[in-house]
Amino acid sequence: MADVLAYAELRGGAVGKPAREAVGTARAMADRTGGAVHAVVLGPPGTNAAAGALAAAGADRIVVGEDDRLALYQPDTATAVLAAVAGQAGYAAILFAATAQGKDLAPRVAARLGSALATEVIGWSLDGGVITVKRPVYAGKAIATMRFERPPAVMTLRANVFSYEPRAGDGVVEPIEVPSHEHRVRVTAVELGERDRLDVAEATIVVSGGRGMQGPEHWHLLTNLVDSLGDEATLGASRAVVDAGWRPHGEQVGQTGKTVSPDLYFAVGISGAIQHLAGMRTAKTIVAINRDADAPIFGVADYGLVGDLFEILPPLADAIRRLRQEADPG
Amino acid sequence: MNTIVCIKRVPDSATRVKLAPGGAALDPAGVKYVLNPYDEFALEEAIRRVEQAGTGSVTVIALGPPETAESLRQALAMGADEAVLLRADGSPDGLVVARALASEIEGRGADLILLGKQAIDDDNMQVPPMLAEILGLPCATVVVELDIEGSRCTARREIEGGHEVLEFDLPAVVSTQKGLNEPRYPTLKGIMAAKRKPLVEKDVALEDASITLVSLEEPPAPAAGRIVGEGPAAVSELVTLLREEAKVL
Repeated sequence: MADVLAYAELRGGAVGKPAREAVGTARAMADRTGGAVHAVVLGPPGTNAAAGALAAAGADRIVVGEDDRLALYQPDTATAVLAAVAGQAGYAAILFAATAQGKDLAPRVAARLGSALATEVIGWSLDGGVITVKRPVYAGKAIATMRFERPPAVMTLRANVFSYEPRAGDGVVEPIEVPSHEHRVRVTAVELGERDRLDVAEATIVVSGGRGMQGPEHWHLLTNLVDSLGDEATLGASRAVVDAGWRPHGEQVGQTGKTVSPDLYFAVGISGAIQHLAGMRTAKTIVAINRDADAPIFGVADYGLVGDLFEILPPLADAIRRLRQEADPG
Repeated sequence: MNTIVCIKRVPDSATRVKLAPGGAALDPAGVKYVLNPYDEFALEEAIRRVEQAGTGSVTVIALGPPETAESLRQALAMGADEAVLLRADGSPDGLVVARALASEIEGRGADLILLGKQAIDDDNMQVPPMLAEILGLPCATVVVELDIEGSRCTARREIEGGHEVLEFDLPAVVSTQKGLNEPRYPTLKGIMAAKRKPLVEKDVALEDASITLVSLEEPPAPAAGRIVGEGPAAVSELVTLLREEAKVL
């Protein structure tokens, strides 16, 4: 009858995929343990407006911490609140989305609780009250099965892996006092890029460019393809082009960049070094465009196009644009 | 400025992963081991800080098997002053590793403790904030910019689509991300000097892990792909396949 706790990270004050995936997975777990789902959400006054969406994602009890200082993520305050909530009950598991925030916060909470942490979890099972998880290691070149020897099983969940079923029902909203102790660290600002594009680790469609692009001045061809694919698409890059300074490191896909699991991945002018393949091989559908028919990338691609990417990219973006317009003329 | 850098020895990112019989470990045959790439940024930052301050020291600490001494020598060759090897087999539980590091670090009076944001073998990405929690210190993770004036720090850390700006005071724990600096290569002079620098080795007993490795498996092999065609002529077939077969458009 153990309950499951989820941290509901808000994005721009709203419930988005990170919160839904964490709460939704907690729901699936609690349905197995026979317990309830408790969600913690933090933010400035008015954050309780998120409660409805969290109940719809599966939360039975929504613990809301509101404070002006929480307009931005404050790691130490969030740690204190979560540790306090976690200390009230014997949770079977405590779930976070594996976002920049979740990856920063989960280890702090786990250390405060003296619990083990499994990061970037892609699967879980429950057997006789013991939680076992699967997670990629060596950047996805191997999958580890790990067993929690004692609760709570603290974990971060890889983006785009877990689904959630919207459901009817109201959660119980419960305010929690935000501790007023001094922050060790103060987040003073968030600076977002000028483009309103998704991060490569979160997008459901990724268009990555490699050395075959021949220079940063040709990236408009990839941007055009991304734009044709809609708001769910974003840009990625190989290590070679990041090391060459053509693209920012935040876009790098691979073992020393980000590991991604989008629905659709385009590898354009990328030969497919082992460290790159490790970072994107779990994409559901992979398209490779390369002039070298023997490039290793074709070994993992579902669909390959051999040829000059400068000739292929413009008609490809046009064709996708036409298709999307036909499907949704509005 | 007294700095401590925690490093790890890991298989090179070009390693083709083969599992040892039994499926619970990597087959070490033919694996090239390197200093964890993210730790190079931590080392470079520490060495630069001490160089700029003109005073202070860089102490490198690693937990791992005896061969880890090679990585510590490399750190000494880059410019670290002394090294400590905590001989242990490691643990799948990041908190166990963090506690072992913390007990070595405690009492050393470090101003700044630097670690790579994650090790590229177990990808646990949790030791730096855990270490900070145990030591009761401020912590900034995935840092790409670090300004220190006196004991006041401003850091930029990477988040989705941008950066968070953090302020904190020393002493602190900072985990480093690519972009923070350009790590130097050890010079011949540095390599020679490293041989004379102190490297202390000691056995440590680790606590029992609260999470254990049951097995390792290779990821499912990707389904055999196909070449749709050549050049722009194949574009329309590709788009049709993405729509009707893969159902992703």
